[in-house]
Amino acid sequence: MSANKAVQLDTVKRLPDGAASSGPKAPGGAIAGAKPKDARDAMRRIWEAFGNNRTTLVISLLLSVGSVIGSSIGPWQLGHATDLLVSDDFTMSALVRQLLIVGAIYLMASSLNLLQAWLINDLVQNMGRDLRKAAQAKLARVPLRWFDAQPDGEVLSRFTNDIDNMVQNLQQVASQAMLMLLTVIGVLAMMLVLSVPLAAVALGGIAISLGVTRVITRAAQPKYAEQWRETGQLNALVEETFTGQTLIRVYGARDRVDQQFAEQNGALANVSLRAQILASLIQPTMMFVNNLAYIAVVVFGAIRVLSGGLSLGEVQAFIQYIRQIGQPISQLGSMAAQVQSALASAERVFELLDAPEMSDDPASETQLAMPVAGHVQFEHVGFRYSPDQPLFEDVSFEARPGQMLAIVGPTGAGKTTLVNLLVRFYGIDSGAIRLDGKDIATLARSDLRHAIAMVLQDTWLFTGTVHDNIAYGRPDATREQVIAAARRCHVDDFVRTLSDGYDTVLENGGGSLSQGQRQLMTIARAFLLDAPILVLDEATSSVDTRTETLIQKAMADLRQGRTSFVIAHRFSTIRDADMIVYMEAGTVRETGTHEELVALQGGYWQLQHGAQS
Amino acid sequence: MFDVTDTPREGHRNPGAPGWRERVLRYKWALLALLLCQVGQVTASLLLPSFSADIIDTGISGEDVSAIRHFGALMGIAAGVQLVLSATAVFIGARVAYRIAESLRADVFAKVHSLALSQVQGFTVGSLITRCTNDVLQVQTMLNMGLTVIVIAPIMGIGGSIMAVRQDVQLSQLLLFSVPILALIIGVLTIRAIPLFQRMQKQLDGVNSILREQVQGIRVIRAYLQEARESTRFGAANTDLTGTALRSGRLMATMTPSLTAAMQLTSVALIWAGASRVRAAELEIGALIAFLSYVALILISVMMMGMMIVMLPRALVSARRITNLLRTPVDVGPPSAPKPLPPRSAGLHLCFQDVGFGYPGAEAMVIEDITFDLGPGEVLGVIGATGSGKSTILNLIARLDDPSTGRITLGGVDLRDIAQTDLSSRIGYVPQKSYLFSGTIADTLRLGNPEADEAALWRALEVAQAVDFVRALPEGLLSPVAQGGGNFSGGQRQRLAIARALACDAELFLFDDSFSALDQVTDHKLRTALRGAVREAATVIVSQRVASIRDADRILVVDKGRMVGLGPHDTLMQECPVYAETVRSQAQPEEDAA
Repeated sequence: MSANKAVQLDTVKRLPDGAASSGPKAPGGAIAGAKPKDARDAMRRIWEAFGNNRTTLVISLLLSVGSVIGSSIGPWQLGHATDLLVSDDFTMSALVRQLLIVGAIYLMASSLNLLQAWLINDLVQNMGRDLRKAAQAKLARVPLRWFDAQPDGEVLSRFTNDIDNMVQNLQQVASQAMLMLLTVIGVLAMMLVLSVPLAAVALGGIAISLGVTRVITRAAQPKYAEQWRETGQLNALVEETFTGQTLIRVYGARDRVDQQFAEQNGALANVSLRAQILASLIQPTMMFVNNLAYIAVVVFGAIRVLSGGLSLGEVQAFIQYIRQIGQPISQLGSMAAQVQSALASAERVFELLDAPEMSDDPASETQLAMPVAGHVQFEHVGFRYSPDQPLFEDVSFEARPGQMLAIVGPTGAGKTTLVNLLVRFYGIDSGAIRLDGKDIATLARSDLRHAIAMVLQDTWLFTGTVHDNIAYGRPDATREQVIAAARRCHVDDFVRTLSDGYDTVLENGGGSLSQGQRQLMTIARAFLLDAPILVLDEATSSVDTRTETLIQKAMADLRQGRTSFVIAHRFSTIRDADMIVYMEAGTVRETGTHEELVALQGGYWQLQHGAQS
Repeated sequence: MFDVTDTPREGHRNPGAPGWRERVLRYKWALLALLLCQVGQVTASLLLPSFSADIIDTGISGEDVSAIRHFGALMGIAAGVQLVLSATAVFIGARVAYRIAESLRADVFAKVHSLALSQVQGFTVGSLITRCTNDVLQVQTMLNMGLTVIVIAPIMGIGGSIMAVRQDVQLSQLLLFSVPILALIIGVLTIRAIPLFQRMQKQLDGVNSILREQVQGIRVIRAYLQEARESTRFGAANTDLTGTALRSGRLMATMTPSLTAAMQLTSVALIWAGASRVRAAELEIGALIAFLSYVALILISVMMMGMMIVMLPRALVSARRITNLLRTPVDVGPPSAPKPLPPRSAGLHLCFQDVGFGYPGAEAMVIEDITFDLGPGEVLGVIGATGSGKSTILNLIARLDDPSTGRITLGGVDLRDIAQTDLSSRIGYVPQKSYLFSGTIADTLRLGNPEADEAALWRALEVAQAVDFVRALPEGLLSPVAQGGGNFSGGQRQRLAIARALACDAELFLFDDSFSALDQVTDHKLRTALRGAVREAATVIVSQRVASIRDADRILVVDKGRMVGLGPHDTLMQECPVYAETVRSQAQPEEDAA
């Protein structure tokens, strides 16, 4: 009976445990069977993470000890009551007194246990909240370089799965593992006090059941691995065919896909069953061993009672102990796995929290004169993503207030990086970038970014209404202002086809919108911001040319009196620029107007010419 | 009680869907066997205390060592029987759970592949994937647990009570108090906890999705200086989540100590209640001790059930999500009486009559009043702004969705009356996103036509201007394609997707902005080759580029979902201002460096 739960918990742990609706997780992901690299260090960090609540943690541990002492001596004291019942100097009042003592012990044990469980629950849940908060706050402080160095999925997995896994396991471990460990110790101690030979029998039973579990678990491990492999393959098939669902329908490939799925689905079920045959032995075997220990206690106990070595009440206490100890022992194994898993997750979470942060804004903040004119100068800017790979060596150009500057060049020339440097997503290695004559490195990041409206290459929308998405940079904007911006950017038309218009909630980052529509939304967002400098990084690449022409008219209005930086592939977008910066492999090769650069017959001209031939 | 029938309860609420009840009843014999095994193993484990009572009462009181041995041996047999029966029960339970999961997964899979495009978009692909994988897994775990652990609790409760009554009727009356108390504790706690757990799951998903957005949108957030706002948004969600987690956690933390206390106090009360009768020799001391064991057994199984119930809400949410999907009526269901298409030699006429399409509840239609027809050998170009509904027209032809108004006929037959396989065999479709299936290049090209021989594949590649790069690959047609085609560039992917369509022996080709990743030169070559290759077929080309469609026999100009022009390029230049404007906006196509 007792082993039953352990096995089941164990099985559950092996199953992918992602948030039910947050998409599939890689099968056998980082959590399953993970081991911490430095368990002691991880434990120390968890201890530190409890912060001010460490005293509470210690108190709850003391409560556990008290509770276990109570539930360990309880059966022994109840045994006294039984002995009293069969003894010659029985009086009802003596029995009642004894029973009241036992009742009080039990009540005390349970109350302490309750208090402890509540304390731990609050402690661990609050720690989870603090960790999530710390992790989220960390987002704002790590440099983009750090994000570039690892896939988003990896960062997210630490934020979500690992914190979740850590909190869940810690709660289980902290509230139960200690209790169980203490119970095993306490009960064993009581058994030894009562009768050494019987305690030896019980210990033998424990040893056998632990051994059996170990043997079976080892044997089942490869089967579980196989089960995971099959699960992974099936999930991959599901993901692939669901993503290509329309194609499968139009191409009439249903039958083939169905057949493939049926084969893999059947294979998974068969493999799982094979793994289960072994696993299904664990629980009954553990129960069997526990029962044998129970039988041994009863039989030998009875014989000992006959020979006068034990009292009947003591045998009864032993029977209760055997039952009491079975469950914790069978669970300690899975608890050990939980501890490991929690520590491994904790390690990954702390790694995230330890990531290097951006330098603070300089202490002697230079102030930008208001209003910002929008005079931007790049002076001998040098920049590299990694130390051995210089991207920019010596980039210089200037955009005067109100000018439109186009940045052109083949893929990989560093165009996007250039505008990223302007908003200080990355710090430069040499030279200076100036805004209205002030080095941007000496400005507060917020002042700098306030001056710039940026449409980035990635069309990020968040889960919220269309209104909120457009008003992202100006949360106080009125509906009228939002609609006005939407009209100018041709967002209004398609917003009206949505079920709730501007109040339509965009799920999954606006996944149901086309790339072009998303781009228009992000342009509207920048429009509404009304900043002195405008940066458009491939802002209309997925928008049809006619709409683009219309938007450009609107943008031309917007650009009035504003400095703008435009990165685009389409020459129609660039032609009207006041200045074109033509880049190749991190170097500014040519600067000038369209006519000048065409006349030069250099790289710009060739790029344009190449499109013709 | 929370046995397996709890999950099928879902089925009562959704008549018509492949019910849970039906699904479970498919295994009624296995379940019956399982039930018998569970009853047997519970009986065996309940016999143990009874035998130990005999040992105490006959063995110790009668000072009879042989009786002790005798009953000890009986206990050993009971333990052995229990081992065998419970192992069998666990195995049957797992088998049934896995088989049900297998069939669920198959049904979800089949269902998803019959959904209309707009339904897929409504559910989102990600959520469909979750339903087919994670949700099924949750249900499987719950079923497995239900059949192996939770089902024991009622059997143990009933069996334990029977055994207790057999030992002593009077003492059993005590159980009339304590068992309801146990049930009450569990009932109250779980009834309060289940909604909390459900809410917590939702809040956890919420917190996680906010974080996902923040990681993905880190640049935008920084550029727009919204770090503080994002922190607040996250903080609110985090606080909500923690609040719910605290409350549900406390409820669950209350369960074990209170149940334990109830059980322990019951054993104390038992001794007290039995004391005078033991003294009066009306009750044997062994029976009293056996009673204590029964109480412990009942309690342990009840507690186990309590712990398992914690997992129930999550599995129920999953079950509900699966049910919702399986119950969704298919918008593009198969025809009840399919009509045959005209024979291949006749060619296919495509005809749109006042066709409109809109999402349910939307203020405006996506497309409205579209009317045109297209004969064999003809090319129709469709041009219009982003979001003007161009792709929708193609989706309707491919019957990825059905029109809300009007009708579409192919070869004179309403699309809704054509069997999907018939339709598929006549259509070659190139989607906007060039998604390729994993396998070899040959595999991915044979999607619509598994019998296509190598020569046919090469011919298709040639028209699609993909021969050069495929031939340059060391393994040629047998080169691997990663899922989605990720190991090829956008332009290569697009050309392979075109070749895939051409490899079908189709009579109607649909190109949804399928040349966008190609440079002008390749685009031009491809369209020229295409003209020769699909001479007898009807072709619809959707594009934003005038160059891609200006040579079409007719051009359909769509603006805000409405048809604003239909005719050849020259006529439209005269008569359709929207078209003329579009052409002007691309006036120097030779200057386009895309």
